[in-house]
Amino acid sequence: MTPLKDDLLPVRSSDDIVRVRQQVRAWAVEIGFSLVDQTKIVTAASELARNTLDYGGGGTVRLESLSNGIRRGLRLTFEDQGPGIPDIDLALTDKFTTGGGLGLGLGGAKRLSHDFSIKSEVGVGTAVSITRWL
Amino acid sequence: MIDAAKTALPDIIANGEEEILAEWLRLQLSAESLRPDLLREGELREQSRRFLGLVRVALQSGDIGSVQGAAWAPVREMLSDLSRSRAKQGFSPSETATFVLSLKQPLFTRLGRALVGDSEALQREVWTATTLLDRLALHTTEVFQKGREEIIARQQQEMLELSTPVVQLWQDVLALPLIGTLDSSRTQVVMENLLQQIVDTGARIAIIDITGVPTVDTLTAQHLLKTVAAARLMGADCIISGIRPQIAQTIVHLGVTLNDVTTKATMADAFQIALARVGMAVVPRAVAIAAGTPSRV
Amino acid sequence: MDRIPILKLGNCLLVTIQVDMHDQLVMTLQDDLTAAIVKHRARGVIIDISSLELVDSFIGRMLANIAGMSRILDAETVVVGMQPAVAITLVELGLTLNDVRTALNVERGMALIRDALEDHAAWGQGAAGGAYGRGPGDDSAEG
Repeated sequence: MTPLKDDLLPVRSSDDIVRVRQQVRAWAVEIGFSLVDQTKIVTAASELARNTLDYGGGGTVRLESLSNGIRRGLRLTFEDQGPGIPDIDLALTDKFTTGGGLGLGLGGAKRLSHDFSIKSEVGVGTAVSITRWL
Repeated sequence: MIDAAKTALPDIIANGEEEILAEWLRLQLSAESLRPDLLREGELREQSRRFLGLVRVALQSGDIGSVQGAAWAPVREMLSDLSRSRAKQGFSPSETATFVLSLKQPLFTRLGRALVGDSEALQREVWTATTLLDRLALHTTEVFQKGREEIIARQQQEMLELSTPVVQLWQDVLALPLIGTLDSSRTQVVMENLLQQIVDTGARIAIIDITGVPTVDTLTAQHLLKTVAAARLMGADCIISGIRPQIAQTIVHLGVTLNDVTTKATMADAFQIALARVGMAVVPRAVAIAAGTPSRV
Repeated sequence: MDRIPILKLGNCLLVTIQVDMHDQLVMTLQDDLTAAIVKHRARGVIIDISSLELVDSFIGRMLANIAGMSRILDAETVVVGMQPAVAITLVELGLTLNDVRTALNVERGMALIRDALEDHAAWGQGAAGGAYGRGPGDDSAEG
């Protein structure tokens, strides 16, 4: 399935996170998501962008507007060359700590999306992909 | 692999189009599967003539590897319209597909006559023709399916919206009588309706009545708790009512904790609590009048 | 540098969050707020998030932190004006903000703080008077 449109944005500063949110919102509106669905994917993007910045040492996010012939969707792929996640299963369980830690980021983003996939290798980096369908 | 350069189909059809059409119509009109009640003869003739013509044009473009290309777009569109209108008329998807497949017989007859003596060529052209018509017939079925799915989705949406009414019982008090199972998509609708009502009416209490929810399993309980949590974020407390004895047992056995949520067996009890929380009480009229409250009609 | 303005409303402080908050702004707000609570001897903090179209775990943590810090300084925090789409998303995210009071708008938020303060006064306890549990009211109508 080739994306109808795609774009790559940097995630290297706080301002970038704000920009990512704005762009994801704009794309979601264009695809036709309801307000609640827009909020969900933008929030998920915010969580993952923050993770990429805080734990991945900065990276990129690719936005892709998808269509599989019947449904429209929005896919976001966050990549970094950071330390990687040693125990992905653990990272996916919710540990909301006020002190930080991956906390709700990954698990939350997964719950807010229809499709979720993650690849991570210690010392190499992490790639997280989420998709929301119309 | 079908080689465009080598097929003689376009020419054979072009040369004998009128005869193929005539033979095809004759077969269709004499078939058992004919539905004169649904489709007039004139319409059938028109559809057949158009289809055959569009197929010839598409074949002449030289693209016969598949029917997805641009050259076949007019044929696909014509078949999509046909499939949709026939579905509306009451034809089954097989009947509509048969329309396309029935072209095989007159076409093969024609091919047989045109390629007499060259059995290899005949085999090739028959294969080409049968593959193309099969794909086109399948296309009509897919369009039919898709139409069905769209109707089902729309009806589901309508049912969802109808089955989750939010009622205002009193100033600041809403009631949500849930009927039927509470799955995740229904929960979304419930939450959206409830929260919008909270904003619109400024309600401080929402009574969620689950008398009409047949079973409560762990997932249902989670959905309920999510709804309660969402309402609370909007400043409204929830009371869950309509808890039947079996449900109470199930909840305890499942280990679900409803600690922060007030629960009552009946909506009447819940309403009483709700009134108290918003500072109201129900007293006999005589008492209210005696207390100097102006009585309303 | 920009900072979020803090308004004084009676014995309460009102903070209206309208912008996409980045980290520095959050830290500055927390500092300013705690200082203001002490300076004005505020008993309540109202955080108006009616303009926020998004609350992620970062902002959620900020709200919980502010509520916690205020409580220690003997002030009640109420978050008001959450948008429905945000509430639904937060719940899905898993952020219930259980320890944070909420209300529909500023007016309701003020009423909530007023009632909370009256309850505390009735029991003769400060805001951290957990030992005596909840105030009178709720279930007295139950048979």
